[in-house]
Amino acid sequence: MAGSAPAPAAPASAREPLLRRLLTRRAAAFGLAVVVLFGVVALAAPLLAPADPLATSFGAIRKAPSAAHWMGTDEIGRDVFARVLFGARASLLAGIVSVLISLSIGVPVGLLAGYAGGLTDQLISRLTDALLACPFLILAIALAAFLGPSLTNAMIAIGISATPIFIRLTRGQALSIKAEDYILAARAVGNPGWRVALRHVLPNAAPALIVQSTLAIAAAIIAEASLSFLGLGQQPPAPSWGSMLNTAKNYVGNAPWMAVWPGLSIFLLVLSFNLVGDGLRDALDPRRTPGA
Amino acid sequence: MLTFLARRIAIVVPTLVFVSMLIFSLQQLLPGDPAVVLAGEDRDPAVVAYLRGKLHLDEPLAVRYALWVKGVLQGDLGESQRMQKPVLGLILEKLPVTLELAALAMAIALCIGIPAGVLSAVRRGTAWDYAASMVALWGLSTPNFWLGILMILLFSVTLGWLPASGYVSPFEPARATLAGWGRPACVVGTAIAAVLMRHTRSAMLQVLSSDYVRTARAKGLAEPRVVLLHALRNALIPIVTLGALELGTLLSGAVLTEQVFTIPGFGKLIVDAVFNRDYAVVQGVVLFTATAYIALNLLADVAYVLIDPRIRVS
Amino acid sequence: MRRCILVASAALCLLAGAAGAQTLRIGLAEDPDVLDPTLARSFVGRIVFAALCDKLFDIDAKLDIVPQLVASYEWSPDSKTLTLKVRPGVTFHDGEKLDAAAVKFNLDRHKTMPGSNRRGELAPIASVDVVDAATVRINLSAPFAPLLAQLADRAGMMVSPKAAQAEGERFGAKPVCSGPFRFVERIAQDRIVLERYPAYWRRDEIHFDRIVYLPIPDSTVRLANLRAGQLDFVERLAASDVPQVHSDARLRLAKITEIGYQGITINVGKSELAQKTALGRDPRVREAFELALDRDAIVQVAMDGEALPGNQWVAPDNPFYAKNVPLPKRDVARARALLAEAGVPNPAVTLMTPTTADAQRIAQVVQAMVKEAGFDVKIQSTEFATSLDLADKGQFEAYVLAWSGRADPDGNVFSFDACRQPLNYAGYCKPEVDELLARSRTLRDPAERRRAFEQVAAIVLKDRPIVYLYHRNWLWAYTAKLGGLRTIPDGLVRVQGLQFQ
Repeated sequence: MAGSAPAPAAPASAREPLLRRLLTRRAAAFGLAVVVLFGVVALAAPLLAPADPLATSFGAIRKAPSAAHWMGTDEIGRDVFARVLFGARASLLAGIVSVLISLSIGVPVGLLAGYAGGLTDQLISRLTDALLACPFLILAIALAAFLGPSLTNAMIAIGISATPIFIRLTRGQALSIKAEDYILAARAVGNPGWRVALRHVLPNAAPALIVQSTLAIAAAIIAEASLSFLGLGQQPPAPSWGSMLNTAKNYVGNAPWMAVWPGLSIFLLVLSFNLVGDGLRDALDPRRTPGA
Repeated sequence: MLTFLARRIAIVVPTLVFVSMLIFSLQQLLPGDPAVVLAGEDRDPAVVAYLRGKLHLDEPLAVRYALWVKGVLQGDLGESQRMQKPVLGLILEKLPVTLELAALAMAIALCIGIPAGVLSAVRRGTAWDYAASMVALWGLSTPNFWLGILMILLFSVTLGWLPASGYVSPFEPARATLAGWGRPACVVGTAIAAVLMRHTRSAMLQVLSSDYVRTARAKGLAEPRVVLLHALRNALIPIVTLGALELGTLLSGAVLTEQVFTIPGFGKLIVDAVFNRDYAVVQGVVLFTATAYIALNLLADVAYVLIDPRIRVS
Repeated sequence: MRRCILVASAALCLLAGAAGAQTLRIGLAEDPDVLDPTLARSFVGRIVFAALCDKLFDIDAKLDIVPQLVASYEWSPDSKTLTLKVRPGVTFHDGEKLDAAAVKFNLDRHKTMPGSNRRGELAPIASVDVVDAATVRINLSAPFAPLLAQLADRAGMMVSPKAAQAEGERFGAKPVCSGPFRFVERIAQDRIVLERYPAYWRRDEIHFDRIVYLPIPDSTVRLANLRAGQLDFVERLAASDVPQVHSDARLRLAKITEIGYQGITINVGKSELAQKTALGRDPRVREAFELALDRDAIVQVAMDGEALPGNQWVAPDNPFYAKNVPLPKRDVARARALLAEAGVPNPAVTLMTPTTADAQRIAQVVQAMVKEAGFDVKIQSTEFATSLDLADKGQFEAYVLAWSGRADPDGNVFSFDACRQPLNYAGYCKPEVDELLARSRTLRDPAERRRAFEQVAAIVLKDRPIVYLYHRNWLWAYTAKLGGLRTIPDGLVRVQGLQFQ
């Protein structure tokens, strides 16, 4: 989560459809494909799943993978494959919603800090520093415990914990763009501050925010799994990869398939988001374009 | 330089005040009465009442905060109600454990992250680049606890080679220490390797396109020499400073890893404390780590200024 | 290279040193709380106390009470005075003598120390007199049959008065008792180290020089450590790990049916909420709920068969099990009929469940089972600390809760079913039950007590403030080298007689 230095905004001259530039990078293209695949799986889970993810079968407890149950069954006889498919919903939702929460708080506050300056900026910046100084996961754990365990609350907790990075990022972008000639010109013409911020500053900060968001989704998916692993995320019987792992850890010795598939899914999805994020960063920064 | 330092330190104070308020209120507002949790299975009402008094739970939040801050300023972080031990003592007891884990993890991260970063910068756009970033991203993309579970499964359950819980006292024989620490350190280290790899890659790309590297190449120096001696040496400065800021990641990583491998360090201390509502411990540990993080930040800033005087101007 | 040799030889030396002195390494499922018998409150702490602190009485494999630190005892005919003869020649770890004054000091400490968790257990004790150096007389305000059982647990543990006075509240950091092992050190969440007390009064039964307790919460990890030879004994193995122990010739398994239970507490009167839910309001709905349960299947699925199905506060093999209320068979048709009779064919129930793996498994199995009778159960996962709070405030409909149990049945029923008792989360309150429970405490004759409990069971188990599910097996796994292990139903490891063969 921390320390991923986003690229400066791409100058308008280097414009070429972002998607095409992204797709020229094999790794990023692969990542995007996997993300889209998981998206489809999440949406079409009811059609794809061979069984009801909640249907228990007390006669088939912790059965190894077979033709009937491709990924085996879990501790109360549910089909692991069906649960992995449905679990994609929780993970994708958690990743996207929590980043939307971070963005919706972080961007306005960051703009305000960078744009208003002075005492407001000082106050916001110190608060951001304070939040950043508390380890991300600890903050999320405390918040999730405070709100009570549920998927929604986990998303809120992750979203809030990840907000300071977006505040800092937006503020930095706002600060650097504020001094540019065209912004000064826009203000001189008499445009109100908020309008300049929205029309001119924000679009320029967008590339950096997009990159950070993609990487933050990856981190948020891991965070959701971590909270679920501690029993603070998705609640039973609904499936999430993290909560599946939480149960699976009790059966590592005799039902390893319960741990392998959800973990592998998290890994693939997070890896893909990371690849897309890295690809986006490269694509948006002309200095790093291959052959440039 | 002195004014710069003074200014930076002046900023630290309000940040710490915010940290203390934040963690205090978040912790104290958690649902669940710590006195009830502490009173144990029997939950004798007399004991609950006694504990409430002892923990000042009937006072208003502001009063409790003032009491806590007063203690902290006098060097007293309070006492763990669950373990009946001073928090400062607990921190000093757990610190070496987590530091040892962190140091090993950092070593692993450096060993993977920097070569991978150099390789992918030098062979940009080739299969090598992809392979290197895959290796680095593998760590960042795997949930720590899952990797931990898999390692326990493979090494302890299936192969029966190693003890499953990672902690071995530093005083025990070296082989045992390595056997115990290797896996948790790998788990945490690989996650940081990715971040280091990213830093290394971008720093190297920047340096490789700079004038003096071009000059060095023009002089006809062998490529490995250019890369390692000239470019990497210069790129290392930002890498190391940025690496130092990975403390937060290290700690977050340690939280679940310590849980999975049952290592009695900081991470385990704090997670157990959150669930047991052991307020003083949570507050003390977070305050301590936040202070350490801020101090490291400050050091990194100062190091930057010392290395590159241009920064002072802005 | 030379360094390597040095390190290797140092390692060898350490190993050789360790071979001479025998250490028993025990893996615990949790980190114990404070090691002060007066303040202690966790089950796991009692496992450590079993080696550290002797008690006035002990219980044996048949749950009978036997003297430990007392040589003999005598009840007065009116059952209001208990006279104890203190065992001669017992000393505390600091060399102080155990005498009548020390016993009085300890009982007074249990009763008066601020924050004492023993006060409630010893409430009927009015005063303690020192008759002579070896004789103590305990005066009760009313006859109290469970007293000996209390004195066979933490309330009967004796600590050194000298050390207790010197350390005060901090005594638990460096406890001084009279058990077979004395305290060496404790690193929180990591280890507790005890060493053999050479002057122990039954010293020839002690065959280890050291015991190290290592808290390792994850059962799989505990077992893996045992298999890797890092531990000699692990307590509370997960049932799903049993096959692994059986398949390993170097390991042995011991099972004990616990004295506690796993159950579902139903809010029948803790708050107004009780009247707002069909389950809390109508005993017929609760009966339907119980009839919809297949306890054998629950035990198979949730516990891998490692539990004894039960419908009472004590297990069916306990001498105090009320035979007039046998284990009901699952009867979904009857459950449906009862729900129809109550006018709620599909009652909605919110089941509050702590986030522990066991509780969540039970909740999901129960949810699926009672659905067949028409119940619509929603699982509300709640962090344990929060769940206690909600239970205390009566903000729950049904709550998955276990009790670790006490040797005397009184400890499993009084606090839960008598009006306004602290553990009565159900909010159950019936004067005739209170009367019966109070009477059961005055009866010392087991047959009479059994009859009293049968009367209690006839009422309480029909009202169902708690639906009991099963009694877990305490599963111990240990190296085959270990001999002399005794399985006592309280699940505590007795170290007397333990040895490597």
